[in-house]
Amino acid sequence: MNMSEHFQFTSGQKRNAFILMGIGALTLVIGIIMALSGNHTMQEKIWTGILTNNMFFLGLSLAGLFFIAVNYIGYGGWYVTVKRIPEAMSMFIPYMGVGMLVILIGLWAHWHHIYHWAAEGIADPNSPNYDRLIAGKVSYLNKPFFTIRIIAYFAIWTFFAYSLRRLSIQEDQLGGVSQYNKSKVLAAVFLIFFGITSSSMSWDFVMSIDSHWYSTLFGWYTFSTLFVSGIAAIILFTIFLKSKGYLPQVNQEHLHDLGKFMFAFSVFWAYLWFSQFMLIWYANIGEATAYFKARLDHYPFLFYMILVINFVVPFFALMTRNSKRQMGTLATIAVIVLIGHWFDYFLMIIPGATGNEASFGIFEIGLTIGYAGLFLFVVLKELTKTSLVAAKHPFFKESLEHHT
Amino acid sequence: MATKKYLLGIFDDEITLMKAVKGVRAAGTKIYDVYTPFPVHGLDDAMGLRHTRLHTAGFLFGATGVLLMFLYITWINTVNYPIIVGGKPYFALPAYIPVLFEITVLSASVGMVIAYFVRNGLSPIRQEPPLDSRATDHKFVVAFDAEELSGEMDNVKELLAEHGASEINEKEID
Repeated sequence: MNMSEHFQFTSGQKRNAFILMGIGALTLVIGIIMALSGNHTMQEKIWTGILTNNMFFLGLSLAGLFFIAVNYIGYGGWYVTVKRIPEAMSMFIPYMGVGMLVILIGLWAHWHHIYHWAAEGIADPNSPNYDRLIAGKVSYLNKPFFTIRIIAYFAIWTFFAYSLRRLSIQEDQLGGVSQYNKSKVLAAVFLIFFGITSSSMSWDFVMSIDSHWYSTLFGWYTFSTLFVSGIAAIILFTIFLKSKGYLPQVNQEHLHDLGKFMFAFSVFWAYLWFSQFMLIWYANIGEATAYFKARLDHYPFLFYMILVINFVVPFFALMTRNSKRQMGTLATIAVIVLIGHWFDYFLMIIPGATGNEASFGIFEIGLTIGYAGLFLFVVLKELTKTSLVAAKHPFFKESLEHHT
Repeated sequence: MATKKYLLGIFDDEITLMKAVKGVRAAGTKIYDVYTPFPVHGLDDAMGLRHTRLHTAGFLFGATGVLLMFLYITWINTVNYPIIVGGKPYFALPAYIPVLFEITVLSASVGMVIAYFVRNGLSPIRQEPPLDSRATDHKFVVAFDAEELSGEMDNVKELLAEHGASEINEKEID
């Protein structure tokens, strides 16, 4: 067996990942101490920070799973040389399940008020908390059903992620096409499930924060955010591994295709962003415009910055053929896109969860660094568990010969 | 019109063809063109073709179209014939964007089609007889401009035979 087929997670890299996690944990502990000593703003910042990062890193891991499933169904061959990376990313789903469990516990224990619909007596006409608009939605937005849904999402996503991963590892030992055929069935069933849950999870976790507001495009919009940031993460892992001398089979052609994905889905994201915005702007119904008014009035810089760094920058920077074939450009844009989509989630969540005066500062940075450390640690650890090369995959040869 | 003379190397499959194209180019001979029944991946690199600049033209067409259209609808809506629609301001950028998007696509695509035909000289009224009609069906043809080869003709024939050409023909076209 070739050494370059097996990723070595060096102690230096582990130490760095632990340092990142340590920074995150320290930030969180200091935050909790400040919150317990009566700093109400800090309490809100903690919960918003946890939810934003949960969503962002859940998005990356789900994008890994979705990427694999969609390539199984689409008879994709070119991606096989990088297949282990999205596979390893999908292994992060249960960790974010724990993250969301924290939000759930907080919800039941009344530690946070992110979800206005969960307030006591919201559907009771005699209560001072009564809210007629939310009362109409309680059959969906209530704590028990919310809990059941979230547990079901994570249980089923994790099941698919582990099953596809197990089949992929088995394939390395056994060869043949039986694992491939099974994976295809699993992928198809997963995609149907994900088609529904990628929308409903975004309603549950994010859209229900602004309980009065709804947008039928919201699920798609979050999906595009999730997918483009996932592709950016796959690109960064690929470039990282290549720079360490792994993945010699991955050449410019594969990078070119990943770059095309990032370019195309940045445009797709902008398309959905604009579709949602323009309909609301044009119709000008108070109930619907409240969402954008809160963001434009109080966070105008973030609002426009997201558009620039998630659309304008990748659109122009990745337009030429050469830029998609150079690791330096691709990595730079991938980092920019990841930052942009983190802020995208941040802006979706923050006005409803924290209010109009929220700030972005050291706490958010520290917490995100912690999450990133955990994500890197888990994904790199998963990469060591099996060969980096899915050499027995039926399309492996096609992937080696790939030419765009 | 003066007669043009071509040397044609005919191959049976694309794998031999690729090797031959690489071999001939390595020997320093200039290939006029290669005709294949289907697109062969990597052939353009093997032939050393320069990348097309058509997409750059497309970008410029699109950028020109979007800019002119932007100025045009802004002028109409703010100066020439301002009317209030749905309580929106005269200069309502979000409402312009669908139009601007469409005009970008339209001017880029139509512009690229025109640039493509202008550059390669094809048109519905122009007849271009194939150098070897079997290249449209099952054979792979490497063509050389006989004038450019001049004295090397025999060397190139030898080279083609060496690389597995099934036939080597000369063809004149008026």
